[in-house]
Amino acid sequence: MSDKQFKHKLYVKKNKEVSFTADTLAKIETVISHYPEGQQKSALIPVLQIAQEELGGSLNVDSMDYVAGLLHITPIEVYEVATFYSQFYLEPVGKYVIEVCQTGPCAICGGEDIMHYLEEKLHIKVGETTEDNLFSLKGVECLGACGSAPVMQVNTEFYEFLNIEKIDEIIATLRNTSELTKPESLSWKERLS
Amino acid sequence: MVKVTIDNHTIEVAEGTTILQAARLIGGDVVPPAMCYHSKLKNSGGKCRTCMVKVSQGSTKDPRPMPKLVASCRTEVMDGMVVQNITSPEVVDARKAVVEFLLINHPLDCPVCDQAGECDLQNLSYEHGSNTSRFEEEKRTYETINIGNLIQFHPNRCILCYRCVYAAEQLTDNRVHGVLYRGEKSEISTFIQQAIENDFSGNMIDVCPVGALTDKPFRFKNRVWFLKPMEAHRTCSKCSGKVTIWLRGQEVYRVTGRKDKYGEVEDFICNECRFEKMNSSDWTIDGPRTIETSSVINQNYYAKKINPHVINPLKEKME
Amino acid sequence: MERKIILENNDIEGIRFLDVYRQNGGYQSVEKALKTMTPDEVVSEVKTSGLRGRGGAGFPTGLKWSFIDKKSNNPRYLVCNADESEPGTFKDRYLMERIPHRLLEGMICSSYALGANTAYIYVRGEYKYIVGILNEAIKECYKNGLLGKNILGSHYDLDIYVHCGAGAYICGEETALLESLEGKRGNPRLKPPFPAVKGLYDCPTVVNNVETLANIGWIVNHGGESFAKIGIGKSTGTKLISACGHINKPGVYEIELGFPVEEFLYSEAYCGGIKNGKELKAVIPGGSSVPILPKELILNTLKGEKRLLSYESLADGGFESGSMLGSGGFIVYDEDDCIVRNTYNFSRFYHHESCGQCSPCREGTSWMDSVLYRIENGNGRMKDIDLLVNIASHIEGNTICPLGDASAWPVAAAIRHFRNEFEFHVEHPDIVRNIKHGSILQYTNK
Ligand SMILES: Cc1cc2nc3c(=O)[nH]c(=O)nc-3n(C[C@H](O)[C@H](O)[C@H](O)COP(=O)(O)O)c2cc1C
Ligand code: SF4
Ligand code: SF4
Ligand code: FES
Ligand code: FES
Repeated sequence: MSDKQFKHKLYVKKNKEVSFTADTLAKIETVISHYPEGQQKSALIPVLQIAQEELGGSLNVDSMDYVAGLLHITPIEVYEVATFYSQFYLEPVGKYVIEVCQTGPCAICGGEDIMHYLEEKLHIKVGETTEDNLFSLKGVECLGACGSAPVMQVNTEFYEFLNIEKIDEIIATLRNTSELTKPESLSWKERLS
Repeated sequence: MVKVTIDNHTIEVAEGTTILQAARLIGGDVVPPAMCYHSKLKNSGGKCRTCMVKVSQGSTKDPRPMPKLVASCRTEVMDGMVVQNITSPEVVDARKAVVEFLLINHPLDCPVCDQAGECDLQNLSYEHGSNTSRFEEEKRTYETINIGNLIQFHPNRCILCYRCVYAAEQLTDNRVHGVLYRGEKSEISTFIQQAIENDFSGNMIDVCPVGALTDKPFRFKNRVWFLKPMEAHRTCSKCSGKVTIWLRGQEVYRVTGRKDKYGEVEDFICNECRFEKMNSSDWTIDGPRTIETSSVINQNYYAKKINPHVINPLKEKME
Repeated sequence: MERKIILENNDIEGIRFLDVYRQNGGYQSVEKALKTMTPDEVVSEVKTSGLRGRGGAGFPTGLKWSFIDKKSNNPRYLVCNADESEPGTFKDRYLMERIPHRLLEGMICSSYALGANTAYIYVRGEYKYIVGILNEAIKECYKNGLLGKNILGSHYDLDIYVHCGAGAYICGEETALLESLEGKRGNPRLKPPFPAVKGLYDCPTVVNNVETLANIGWIVNHGGESFAKIGIGKSTGTKLISACGHINKPGVYEIELGFPVEEFLYSEAYCGGIKNGKELKAVIPGGSSVPILPKELILNTLKGEKRLLSYESLADGGFESGSMLGSGGFIVYDEDDCIVRNTYNFSRFYHHESCGQCSPCREGTSWMDSVLYRIENGNGRMKDIDLLVNIASHIEGNTICPLGDASAWPVAAAIRHFRNEFEFHVEHPDIVRNIKHGSILQYTNK
């Protein structure tokens, strides 16, 4: 496509102390216990997910090095994994990461238009974050909800059968109730009832 | 022992031998080219797909052909296996396609590349490439990163063979570089600014099949074809001390590992031998190194077969 | 006739909770298998059933299980593939969200059959909430003696853990999934060795799709022979089809294999016909990776027989005039959908999702993406169309894993059946540049 110049920048280690709360460390211990002795590297993806959550939505070098220490692996092994999977963010993101599905089934049902509408509404382009650090907008591939296209995900919550009114409503809710807990705390039980 | 037939040559080899190794035992045109496989690096191979061959009979027991072409560097022979390399038009076509894929994003900077003359990709495109490019899109480029004073890294030339990663993993105790990101955006990188420096890091230069990792102190000092390679040795506490030194007159321009005729290092050497022993008095000379005729280093061969698309600029430089 | 195996009792209130699930016959198969059958007997029933993998490749499940290396002294593993990322496919999500215990029941029987004492469910990162549902269900099982040590007093131990991915389609490929589960990049492994010999941590491992495993309970309960009677020919049992695109009733439907495509598409009980009374243009019957078929070829085969939803019927005619059942992702296009744009879209998808290990896929997917982007935006040339066909043929069959093929087939098939649309794009760049692909105004409540 258009951008063929890959400016993957080198990241900077700030040597800031990273520490997790006792609760988080206990959670990590549990995750590690799911894998056989000596295979603690298996916990890398789940532990990075926990770290990312703990650090406000994105990863930095210091935290990745810290995770490497926890799992007794080398930092480069963590970098290799963190850069491979699209859900690890290496740049800071807003409180709500809006991921709009751009793949075929959603696209023919208006996924691309949903994206344009959000760009206009939030005054940002895909890949950017609003100035108040509330929203980041991303285009993603099939979210596995094609039957309810067009679809987007905000943090871990799915919003389906989107249209203009729904988006207005979702954005307004997220914006106005800044005290509003992250949507993922809507438990799956509520979600399904 | 098992029997395998490759392009009508039959040979007996030990069980567990790969098709590529068996072909190398036969030698000559039967040998498939290999870019990512390296006999001294565990787990290497399977990625570049230049070594693909056709298995027209799986084994005596199960004579069915294999449904797809297979990577000969990672496929073990079976008793009674029949393999076609250059006798199969399908293989020749597929290989040409793979060479095209490897070249579409490769910069045409052979004239300024210090690997020119000893580049596996250059050799490969000679033998198997086509003369014209159908790729009209913008080429992929990366920003250069600095990985220290000993190794120069040109990311645009990298073909992602993973050899340097296996070398760092298997020869040194703290690998600091790897393949980052995914798909077409993959790249060799250190992720944070840091030098790749340890006693054996220099071997990454020798295993790199292209000019992506080169000897920084040696850079541009001289074209390899003006230098005389000599096998030499010294007593070294860290490695075997068996090397190739590249001389002009009595001056040592560069030290490398000894490569076999497939361009693969025989003994990995330490950085002290490679970068610090630059006087001919440091070395005992064993004799001249013989150059493979298939290499572009051999200028006669080079003049015979010109691939204008990739090689022409180099030719002008030489005249 | 409606036939339900996987979604049986799906409508019962609270079926995702263990007590309700058990009141409706749940977990009987675990009692039966662990207490009255040997592991080999379970494998043999599954073989008899003719069950084929529902993850896409359709490989016979019983046969796959019989490859597991019994001589190895290493532990064995069962891994459930819940990575579901194939565009157009959302059946596993539905199943796990509605009846998580159906999967767990199948996994307990399967692990027993394979002699595995640890099993993992690899769920794609985007389905994080499903992890919650599954963990809740697993907790219920432990509480009720269905998991853990000495299950139901049978001396058989099993632990099931849920492992969440982090966004990579390629991790659906079974060896990439295993790499990812080991905490590495999702680079597929070279095969052989197959996972049944060297899988997770180099131990014998079976990887099966969610839907495949969800069938096992029924097979244990009713016997492989009864299962083999359902369906048609070598396509035994039922299949979840996830229907999407321009139809009136998108959703997940369980059909008996052999159900006619036309009826599925137009009947009120299923897709309910094309949206807004438009004409059908084309269907991708098995997820984005399989060839697209135009209306004439999806409703009937080239020989004029009715096209059925089965492995054999959908493949009838080879790639010239047929397609594949794949993962059952049924994507429907109406007369106004642009095939070129859709092909470009999928090309971008594969470009984005390639792991980048092998050169034909890494370079080829990006090349096809660039060329299709040009054509779609009115900058194409006639020769680009044949170039695309050629690049696709150069990727196909030359890669480490089938993602290469999956990226090549949609392009080749779209050009095979809709070449005129590609030519139109090249000949009329001005029209193409000004097409509005839907306008946001369509998507309002009014
Ligand atoms: C690129 C690619 C993606 C795949 N994605 C999935 C997937 O999301 N879910 C799945 O069950 N199988 C997927 N598969 C198929 C798996 O490799 C494997 O065949 C399957 O998990 C085996 O289970 P089954 O025999 O029960 O179908 C994928 C294969 C490839 C090549
Ligand atoms: S830098 Fe050289 S050795 Fe390393 S992956 Fe690239 S081409 Fe291979
Ligand atoms: S075919 Fe593509 S996804 Fe599969 S191993 Fe090769 S590069 Fe990776
Ligand atoms: S295409 Fe958007 S969820 Fe599948
Ligand atoms: S040398 Fe065999 S695939 Fe690269």
